[in-house]
Amino acid sequence: MSVATPNGFQLDNTGKRVVVDPVTRIEGHLRCEVNLDEDNVVRNAVSSGTMWRGLEVILRGRDPRDAWAFTQRICGVCTGTHALTSVRAVENALGIPIPENANTIRNIMQLTLQAQDHLVHFYHLHALDWVDVVSALKADPKATSELAQSISDWPKSSPGYFRDIQERLKRFVALGQLGPFTNGYWGSPAYRLPPEANLMAVAHYLDALDFQKEIVKIHTIYGGKNPHPNWLVGGVPCSINVSDTGAVGAVNMERLNMMSKIIDETIEFIDKVYIPDLLAIASFYKDWTYGGGLSGQAVLSYGDIPEHANDDSAANMLLPRGAIINGNLSEIHDVDLTDPEQVQEFVTHSWFNYDDESRGLHPWEGVTEPNFTLGPNTEGSERKILALDEQAKYSWVKAPRWRGHAMEVGPLARWVIGYAKGVPEFKEPVEKVLTDLDLPVEALFSALGRTAARGLEASWAAHKMRYFHDKLIANIKAGDTATANTEKWEIKSWPKEVRGVGTTEAPRGALGHWVVIKDGKIDNYQAVVPTTWNASPRDQAGNIGAYEAALLGTPLAKADEPLEILRVLHSFDPCLACAAHIIDPEGEELTRVEVR
Amino acid sequence: MPSTETFYEVMRQQGISRRSFLKFCSLSATALGLAPAFATKIATAMETKPRIPVIWLHGLECTCCSESFIRSAHPLVSDVVLSMISLDYQDLIMAAAGHQAEAILEETRHKHAGNYILAVEGNAPLNQDGMSCFVAGRPFVDQLQEMASDAKAVVAWGSCASWGCVQAARPNPSRATPVHEVVRDKPVIKVPGCPPIPEVMTGVLTYMLTFEQLPPLDRQGRPKMFYGQRIHDKCYRRPHFDAGQFVEAWDDEGARRGYCLYKMGCKGPTTYNACSTVRWNEGVSFPIQSGHGCIGCSEDGFWDKGSFYQHVTDTHLFGVEANADKTGIAVATGVGAAIAGHAAVSGVKRVQQKKQQKQQEQGDETV
Repeated sequence: MSVATPNGFQLDNTGKRVVVDPVTRIEGHLRCEVNLDEDNVVRNAVSSGTMWRGLEVILRGRDPRDAWAFTQRICGVCTGTHALTSVRAVENALGIPIPENANTIRNIMQLTLQAQDHLVHFYHLHALDWVDVVSALKADPKATSELAQSISDWPKSSPGYFRDIQERLKRFVALGQLGPFTNGYWGSPAYRLPPEANLMAVAHYLDALDFQKEIVKIHTIYGGKNPHPNWLVGGVPCSINVSDTGAVGAVNMERLNMMSKIIDETIEFIDKVYIPDLLAIASFYKDWTYGGGLSGQAVLSYGDIPEHANDDSAANMLLPRGAIINGNLSEIHDVDLTDPEQVQEFVTHSWFNYDDESRGLHPWEGVTEPNFTLGPNTEGSERKILALDEQAKYSWVKAPRWRGHAMEVGPLARWVIGYAKGVPEFKEPVEKVLTDLDLPVEALFSALGRTAARGLEASWAAHKMRYFHDKLIANIKAGDTATANTEKWEIKSWPKEVRGVGTTEAPRGALGHWVVIKDGKIDNYQAVVPTTWNASPRDQAGNIGAYEAALLGTPLAKADEPLEILRVLHSFDPCLACAAHIIDPEGEELTRVEVR
Repeated sequence: MPSTETFYEVMRQQGISRRSFLKFCSLSATALGLAPAFATKIATAMETKPRIPVIWLHGLECTCCSESFIRSAHPLVSDVVLSMISLDYQDLIMAAAGHQAEAILEETRHKHAGNYILAVEGNAPLNQDGMSCFVAGRPFVDQLQEMASDAKAVVAWGSCASWGCVQAARPNPSRATPVHEVVRDKPVIKVPGCPPIPEVMTGVLTYMLTFEQLPPLDRQGRPKMFYGQRIHDKCYRRPHFDAGQFVEAWDDEGARRGYCLYKMGCKGPTTYNACSTVRWNEGVSFPIQSGHGCIGCSEDGFWDKGSFYQHVTDTHLFGVEANADKTGIAVATGVGAAIAGHAAVSGVKRVQQKKQQKQQEQGDETV
């Protein structure tokens, strides 16, 4: 049966059904099912979140100043971003301005996350979709060295360096224990890199694995540990003391120097290894233009990295805010998270109940009543699902919509909005990449475009770390060392009932937390997260979400090897622990608590 | 697989010199808190032992444990994965997906029955008939129990697998259940923390590989080598506690001078972990050093023990708060009472202190 979706896609579920569960190299638990036509092209796609946990229910009745710690545990990969969103929501509710240094340090921490998370995603979660590890064994180390030196002046590029890596890899493979590379899709015709490019990428896979742990030390300086550094409502927990007694117990010259060195190394690694590798790999896949999905028609960003403290205006955000719909890049719509008509969530195809499932609900009015049911066309049983029935409910992820539109969020959304707004620091790098690869602007709207935008953003973030480092130093030099505002720390200083919203642009996209505080406690807490947008199932009107749209039209080299499916899904950097909804099994409070 | 391959052979074949190898053994001994003489034992062990398969499952969790693991600096995680263990299933980094991934589990159960380590990140939700977390169309709890049944030992990574952690906090809506409550026929080594320290994770694994035995565990199932002491016992701010010098408000003069964070809610006095000794991310810092109190993330049920800042917000609970300012002795209820006891004995004889600690440990274990 072939049907047209309201958002312009054709779905045909008559062909061979292929199931991928688990989708690996992601955070959390995701299942994907597709139907293939006789040419092994995806004609129908089903994205199913297969876990939920319950954090928003758990938060009710707790101290709002503790919420950052709970919500940070939504995700340990994008660690910190939920905590930052949470402290912003609580500060917004209570009207707490933060010191300029706190804003700067938070920006540095968020940018640190962007740089490290994007780097790890590219090499450790995504690269094996493009890079054939086994092919690297056939490479000529000398030719690999020449290739590496032709694209970058990164010093680790001698023939001996690549020979050593190759020898190590050969012995590893020869032992017959492939570890994490076991049962990979090695030798698939979908891999296009020559052996030398594969060897270079594998070497940098290992280098990046060793290096990524250095970047996060900036979180450790300010938050004491990573993953899951510590945060504070009203500012940041670390004090600044550069001159006086006891400076070892605070941010001092040694700490600032350590951060500065890490920033230099991060910029160097991203600009001399990550970006050249990205462009080199992309040059072999230029005609693999699949995976665009919603990116050319409907993208959303809340904006982030406020230049100055306590200014929520779009103009103060270094990452752009806005929405593009109907593919009209010449019109950027304003985004207002408090407007009940803008962000709404639907559950027609999610394992939850609404009284009226034809309607979407704004997060303030969110209702979550679990309803794990399988449709009549499900294959298998309730405890052993072979194939889902997407005409019924089929995911633990809700379907968020912006003014009724399914939206894509994430690095590509941000960069498309920045590009469309004509902001030079987004427009110019995009145009340079397109020129270097000799590609039209439409090439941006693809899996590879998404992967490229993430790389550009990693570089952007690393350079902005330097900018905010310098800003911090300048502010300290000017005599301002404040890091926390404690005027409203005591609960007795709070109004009886307040509500607030906090947002960030997480590595994976637009993230919002909504909080209601009553009598000093959390009365309601809700989060709409990036992967809820991207992994969204269908809504009541039949609009498909970003993953499902992106998979359509993708050809598979082999029907029983999901390599291209992984390639498209990984281009979004899925995070299902974030997306997974939560429930209250007692059926209590469900009209008050948004569960995801 | 040539079963004669050993760590040492693999490391040598991969171009690692004997000198580097011995340095690694020495670092391992240090990481494990062992005397330098143990480096030789580690070296001998690694020269004669084959690599062991490790299956790493994910249930309800946030992946912070995997992320922490890849931060390990000694040993480097690239060396762990390439040279020390055979990490055959780890869904965050493995190349295979779908049925190619699941086939690895089946093969491991048959080929390496009784000889692989099962590492578990996260826990099993039991509500919705287990389908609140499903993998390959089946409840995660089934996958966990199957893989545990043929494992040599089970490692519970982090507070999720060890205690339940955040999703098991009241009212535990998914009925998230820690590993030892669904796997009862195997030793479960708990490595709690949200997440555990990277080098503690690799240290526990390396210990088992090196000495071919489970690490000695305390009564709660945690390796004594890393969880035998409180953060407070080895905290570098401890002298300020003893001297009655406290941070009274965020970013006050005390905060800038690195005074004790006890009054800001620090849970260091009741938290058993290695943060104040091993520290985080190659010793860069740990929470207290960076100005925030310990939130007690390696303790059972730490989410449900009141606000992380409760000592400061509920000052009315302190009977002699004014005294605390002057003498460093606080009298409080609940957690505070234990701390007060500890503070009181810090000034008296060692033998009394030991007795007090013992009582406190017993108290903690019954929590």
